[in-house]
Amino acid sequence: MDYTQFLNMPAELSLLAVIVIVFIADLLLSPCGEGDSCRCSCPCRGRLRGVLPVVLMIAHTVLMLLPCSPLSCCTGAEAFGGMYVSTPMMHLVKALLGAGVVIVMLMSARWLSEPENAGKAGEFHELVLFTLLGMYFMISSGHFLMFFIGLELASIPMTALVAYDKKRYESAEAGAKFILLALFSSALLLYGISLIYGATGSLYFDECGLWLDGSLLSTLALVLFIAGMGFKISLVPFHLWTADTYEGAPTAVTGYLSVISKGSAAFVMLTVLEKVFGASEFVDIWNRALFWIIILSITLANLFAIRQHNLKRFMAFSAISQAGYLVLGLCGGTAQGMTALVFYLLVYMAANLGAFAVLCVVERHSGKIGISDYDGLYATNPRLAFLMTLCLFSLAGIPPFAGFFSKFFIFMAAFKAGFHLLVFIALVNTIVSLYYYLLIVKAMYINKSDAPIAPFRSDCPTRIALALCTLGVVLCGLLGCIYNYIDTLSCGL
Amino acid sequence: MNFLSLFVFIPLVMLLGLWLARGIKGVRAVMVAGSTALLALSVWLTYTFLCDRAAGADAEMLYTASFSWFEPLHIEYSVGVDGISVAMLLLSAIIVFTGTFASWQLKPLTKEYFLWFTLLSLGVFGFFISVDMFAMFMFYEVALIPMYLLIGVWGSGRKEYAAMKLTLMLMGGSAFLMCGIFGIFYGAGGATMNILDIAHHTGGAHPIAVEQQMLWFPLTFIGFGVLGALFPFHTWSPDGHASAPTAVSMLHAGVLMKLGGYGCFRIAMFLMPQAANELGWIFLILTGISVVYGAFSACVQTDLKYINAYSSVSHCGLVLFAILMMNTTACTGAVLQMLSHGLMTALFFALIGMIYGRTHTRDIRELSGLMRIMPFLAVCYVIAGLANLGLPGLSGFIAEMTIFVGSFQNADTFHRVLTIAACTSIVITAVYILRLVGKILYGTCQNEHHKQLTDATWDERFAVICLIAAVAGLGMAPLWVSHLIEGGVAPIIESIGHAASNSNPFM
Repeated sequence: MDYTQFLNMPAELSLLAVIVIVFIADLLLSPCGEGDSCRCSCPCRGRLRGVLPVVLMIAHTVLMLLPCSPLSCCTGAEAFGGMYVSTPMMHLVKALLGAGVVIVMLMSARWLSEPENAGKAGEFHELVLFTLLGMYFMISSGHFLMFFIGLELASIPMTALVAYDKKRYESAEAGAKFILLALFSSALLLYGISLIYGATGSLYFDECGLWLDGSLLSTLALVLFIAGMGFKISLVPFHLWTADTYEGAPTAVTGYLSVISKGSAAFVMLTVLEKVFGASEFVDIWNRALFWIIILSITLANLFAIRQHNLKRFMAFSAISQAGYLVLGLCGGTAQGMTALVFYLLVYMAANLGAFAVLCVVERHSGKIGISDYDGLYATNPRLAFLMTLCLFSLAGIPPFAGFFSKFFIFMAAFKAGFHLLVFIALVNTIVSLYYYLLIVKAMYINKSDAPIAPFRSDCPTRIALALCTLGVVLCGLLGCIYNYIDTLSCGL
Repeated sequence: MNFLSLFVFIPLVMLLGLWLARGIKGVRAVMVAGSTALLALSVWLTYTFLCDRAAGADAEMLYTASFSWFEPLHIEYSVGVDGISVAMLLLSAIIVFTGTFASWQLKPLTKEYFLWFTLLSLGVFGFFISVDMFAMFMFYEVALIPMYLLIGVWGSGRKEYAAMKLTLMLMGGSAFLMCGIFGIFYGAGGATMNILDIAHHTGGAHPIAVEQQMLWFPLTFIGFGVLGALFPFHTWSPDGHASAPTAVSMLHAGVLMKLGGYGCFRIAMFLMPQAANELGWIFLILTGISVVYGAFSACVQTDLKYINAYSSVSHCGLVLFAILMMNTTACTGAVLQMLSHGLMTALFFALIGMIYGRTHTRDIRELSGLMRIMPFLAVCYVIAGLANLGLPGLSGFIAEMTIFVGSFQNADTFHRVLTIAACTSIVITAVYILRLVGKILYGTCQNEHHKQLTDATWDERFAVICLIAAVAGLGMAPLWVSHLIEGGVAPIIESIGHAASNSNPFM
């Protein structure tokens, strides 16, 4: 076996190196047990434990994004006979996910340093990085087995993350719900994959793509595949786990779930649909399926979001409807759609993580998470309220924030692919979503409160995270070069 | 960088300045400096534009420039102005300038107020200088959203309800609009978002097929029409205007509603002339209803702002009405009406805000005899009222006269009957204005508390005098403005007329 093949997967190797270093550092720097009072008074060890993973991830992401670094990927690469495939577009998506993980780590830094989490902060970083590694493999897979391993690697540690506050009842419950439905959806996917194997005798994406015809068997495989991925992206009607899991999970994990795990799944769904089910008779079928799934996701999630009182549940439904918009980029499987999808993902990541960073810091300082608790936030914490407003406006698609551009482009792509009615329905739905995002803005700016959240200073890592998100929200849209760059990498059917 | 971009750049600098400003004095200084710069720029632009036109620059749009923005999607940031946009820029600059003074005393959160106010004006200026559909649409939405917070936080009455209703209805309009823009873009081949490039196609047939036009024209027209108070989508307007703080009402009724008319004319009708000819009659009836219904509704209101808001529905309806008459005279009248209505309605709202700030009521049943108590405001109110009902010598007369003369030029019965019906609005306007003036200004004051009130302060006087000067200036010397506008209207009308003669060989 030619071991130099490993060099074709620099992103995964570097992430693996990060994982190993963090793991060893965690062993060496972990605080001593009780009663062992001699050497652990030094505070810098604890701080180093918190800072090291973040610094390593920043280095990893920056190296991936820089054009001439050992991790950069200018051309496509393959390894292990096509099991592993990497294109510049995949590389870019991986880098974006890495950036998202950096933000999640930053916004959870102070929460992890609290006494109740003192012993398990390392676990958090490990688990997050392992899920990210799983997503990397999933994105770069050229074979269904690789795809499935990546998927499982991404979802099983995620369960542990969801149940991270294991002593809190809701968190444990959310973890149980998540693992059950994740397994269920994996089973569906596996069934679909086995049908594909039965129909074609191969699990390589390229070969499957060549041999799959429009027969009933392969159509069933397609349906199962869409259902399985629908669970991961939490599209209606496969969304039932979302609200409870999002509510129960620790807030930082909810942010992670709602953006990164969802975004990677959507991108993978696009690449697999294009590669495996790219035959013209299939395109018609999945377009039709997507049509209904998108309408249902956007409409139902919007209607449910209006009724929520808990912000995390609210963000769960908002995330379902955003997923619906995200999947609009899949319609037709065009190159423009892929660009729009990745761009949407980038913008959505900045906006949603920004909103979650605010939720996180407010929850830690006041323990409040209800929408009505945010009444009068602008009077006490004007900056946080302002940043939250920017993020919500971006989510609602209001210029000059990036969300407007991403929505415009994704609608444009779907419109070009001929989905006029779908675009119209989605556009009407943006009004509904604007309504509920404005409800929070209204709470913060207009409503008066007897017991507002007391003024507080947010911690430094959270500030960095918020600054990064704000930069993304403000600049991603206005700077045309970002979209133009993504467009040079994308490809369609 | 093209100098037109200064219209976007100056508000950006103002936003930065406001962000950095310390204390209320700093905020006011930034606002006065910025809005004066904008006013000076637009006056200078008008002057240069007239000079260049006189010197023989006969391109449809002057000072055009475009920069590639999203290249794969053919989206550019392109700017350019013709006579219509120059006039609208001048109007916007005047209103922003006077609006700054009208909100001189505003509290609390002065800084935030002016931040959103400046963002709103940025959207308005950007909209009028753009010739790219994407950029126009973006600026359009930039102008809409600050309204929510401006009304919701600083408004009065049922402000939360009104703010939400206004925002959602206008954003609903823009959802229609976005669909229409996609339709135009891909219908015309998906090669350019530039309005001029789409309109000045080479070759015989219009680039957008007629059946496509029939689909996208209503979407685009309704999308902009919501903002232009097209019946039955006007219901946000009375609530929104009544709840908004003074300067926001001024800017909203004075400028923002003009975005609707301008957009209908520039995008919907200019780019889809065949559909405009085919479907124009439906919208003509709707706007006719706006005109008359708005005027009648104004008669029965008891709140000063509601009266003016319904009057705005009626007058803005007249703008759309005139545009749909599709001849040069009527359309020139439409733009004149935008100018005239913008100025006088801003004047009205400014005065109402000042009266309300003193009496704390806008109910006309509780007001009387204000002429004795605050003579300056009362006299100005009379002037505004007279301008509104179309007294010769003030702007309203010129605009309405031009519109009705132009409308009557259409020889067929349908247009003429509608014109006559719309003319009744003049009479009804006179009814409610004169009744109002008589009720609140004359007579004796019943309320003891009101007798202690003072007249306008210097900043208020300044704002009001500027607006009156503009209203009277437009009324006294309309020729140079209509000359300015006609140059912009003619090519659009020509393209519509061309389409009409193509589609109907018997005409």
